[in-house]
Amino acid sequence: MTLLAIKDLVVRYGAIQAVRGVSLSVGKGEIIALLGANGAGKSSVLNACMGLAPKAGGSIAFDGVPIERETTEAIVRRGMTLTPEGRRVFAALSVLENLEIGAAASAELRRRGRENREAMFELFPRLAERRQQLAGTLSGGEQQMLAIARSLMSQPTLLLLDEPSLGLAPNIVDQIFDLIASLKTRGITVLLVEQNVELSLDIADRAYVLAGGDVVMAGSAQELRASGGLERAYLGAA
Amino acid sequence: MDFLVQQFVNALALGGTYALLGLGLAVVFSVLGLINFAHGELMTLTGYGIFYALFLGLPFPVALLIGVTLATVSAMLMERIAFRPVRNSSPTTMLLTSFAVSTILHILFQNLISARPKAIPIPDALAGAVTIGTLQIGAIQLISIVVTALSLLGLTLFLKRSMLGIAMRAAAEDFNVTRLMGVNANMVISTAFAISGLLAGVAGILWLFQRGSVDPLMGFLPVLKAFIAVVLGGLGSLSGAVVGGFLLGFIEIALRAYLPDDALAYRDAISLTLVIAVLFFYPQGLVPRRESVR
Repeated sequence: MTLLAIKDLVVRYGAIQAVRGVSLSVGKGEIIALLGANGAGKSSVLNACMGLAPKAGGSIAFDGVPIERETTEAIVRRGMTLTPEGRRVFAALSVLENLEIGAAASAELRRRGRENREAMFELFPRLAERRQQLAGTLSGGEQQMLAIARSLMSQPTLLLLDEPSLGLAPNIVDQIFDLIASLKTRGITVLLVEQNVELSLDIADRAYVLAGGDVVMAGSAQELRASGGLERAYLGAA
Repeated sequence: MDFLVQQFVNALALGGTYALLGLGLAVVFSVLGLINFAHGELMTLTGYGIFYALFLGLPFPVALLIGVTLATVSAMLMERIAFRPVRNSSPTTMLLTSFAVSTILHILFQNLISARPKAIPIPDALAGAVTIGTLQIGAIQLISIVVTALSLLGLTLFLKRSMLGIAMRAAAEDFNVTRLMGVNANMVISTAFAISGLLAGVAGILWLFQRGSVDPLMGFLPVLKAFIAVVLGGLGSLSGAVVGGFLLGFIEIALRAYLPDDALAYRDAISLTLVIAVLFFYPQGLVPRRESVR
């Protein structure tokens, strides 16, 4: 069953067309990787899904409902959210407050806030030790964990992840990817934007490769690995 | 010694009023990036609200409540009517919009009410002084200090304890990511304006107690001072607005108390020079706004 269906999406910032007619679909329970070089339009696709990038054309449906005209907060309430590139935790807020606000979307979530926070602390023991600390004083890896935990507080059915490995030490990156893979067992579908192709294909069911704002390759993780066309896509020659 | 303590009390009272006004400006700036130059008109509206409530024969405390409510509701209406349609425009557009709102209200006050000051009779109880030991402290000064302290405490509790308060602090750091938490953008901005209106109303009352009348330009000077205080403390930083407000209050009172009579006319020039000197060493203000590392 298709959870997210993007059709002919165009994103334009002024005169610059960042996404030129991308179509892709994410099925319930899948982990989908969206790969491509810098500036390929990956982040723009995710931001457009969340109503944070200016859409100039195309349609986006979440769980069968068109959402391209909805506000960011309404989309979050429908069960889709984004952990943005660069983590963007609230630096001046404590770890606890960052998680608290993650549950701001509905009264139901707020009521279950404490319980869900404890679940997050079980999932990320390192955050539990630092619950009163300001998020800005955490290490990069801890901030990424907090950013993901904060997103999970809204109990999404679909989580968009933008470059979770960016700027992190290799052993932390492994931990983060293990966690992403484990989200599947919690019934969370993932659309993952990454530069780290190898690790992404390890955990993804399928992947799309973007270049110059277009989908240039798509297929199962094995197919893409076998085709050998990935390097060309990254060099922009595809 | 008594003179010093007296001046200290005066500085706390004046600085507190600047701090409340500055906070109102800073709360809106922190979530919207807008310096609302119509903030002074909210003070003036409080004054007229109280004037007409008293005119209708309502008791003094009820009149004060009406004044503050009027400022709060007006601030929310300002946002809804004037600022929401231009929210995604350039900062300059928003700034000019606030000038327009200010001018329109100012002209309405002049033409519909009066360009001349309207007297507001302050109850005798407020005109007196409280004697502590050998010290005489004006009741109004004392009330100003207590009200400022209570307002700061209330706002701090709201920002620290309530979900909406946490959302406002989050929005001050990163508005879009706050929306990604499912926080309603309109709600956060509307609340920011409500708080700024409430603070302007409270400050308006304290200002009225000092001068006893309301005229169309009543809010202009104090808000100009509050703006200076906000820049001094660090634009967009709430604690900065409070620090800047008190500092400006202390500078002004110190100059008023210790400047020779001949130099008194240059009071504002000297205090502004001091402000510039501070900004020379702390260009971001004394308590710069914290922003998340991108």
